[in-house]
Amino acid sequence: MIDIQLTAAELNSKTCEEFVASNQAGGTAIFIGTVRNQTKNKSVLKLEFEAYIPMAKKEMQKIAEQAMQQFNARKISIHHRVGVLQIGEIPVIIAVSTPHRKAAFEACEFCIDTLKETVPIWKKEFFEDGEVWVAAHP
Amino acid sequence: MKIKLVAFGIARDILKDSNISFLFTNGKTIGDLKNALTKQYPEFEKLASLRFAVAEEYQEDDFELSEENEVVIIPPVSGG
Repeated sequence: MIDIQLTAAELNSKTCEEFVASNQAGGTAIFIGTVRNQTKNKSVLKLEFEAYIPMAKKEMQKIAEQAMQQFNARKISIHHRVGVLQIGEIPVIIAVSTPHRKAAFEACEFCIDTLKETVPIWKKEFFEDGEVWVAAHP
Repeated sequence: MKIKLVAFGIARDILKDSNISFLFTNGKTIGDLKNALTKQYPEFEKLASLRFAVAEEYQEDDFELSEENEVVIIPPVSGG
């Protein structure tokens, strides 16, 4: 079972954890991404996320489907937020339950790594002296 | 060929609009569109990557476009 959400509402790791709970699972791995207060030694004031929503949801679904197969996962929940986020807030949560623990860690890492490569979501960092689209330039 | 371009993130900043109508005469593939677009907006060449989507799916350079297709410009993504 797969649960994909792309929302402007605050994310809650408990919701993801409860979704992936399964009697067939020996373990659950949860990755919680948080907004940190600096990048390359520059203070970050806030972040803004925007998404091409219908395609982003499809790509998130594809990642979850692949992880289900590749890691024999029982359930996967991927939640991502859009809009303005302050320091310490949560832009992304990935929860995976699998029969054995090693696969849970691996599946979780696969999901976040692939999300960062393929899902059409863009992050802008705001500094005291300007703003920048993250990763736009090499 | 005339297509509709939709832009997000830095692509919107480069086009100075989130939706434009774009006319190009040389060829009809995504690759041809990319060439015409970077010629008109050289800022696109400085990006770490430049991809395109049609019907909510990534499409490769050889994808053939049709008149009035809606093409979404996907600059380097940075979710998570």
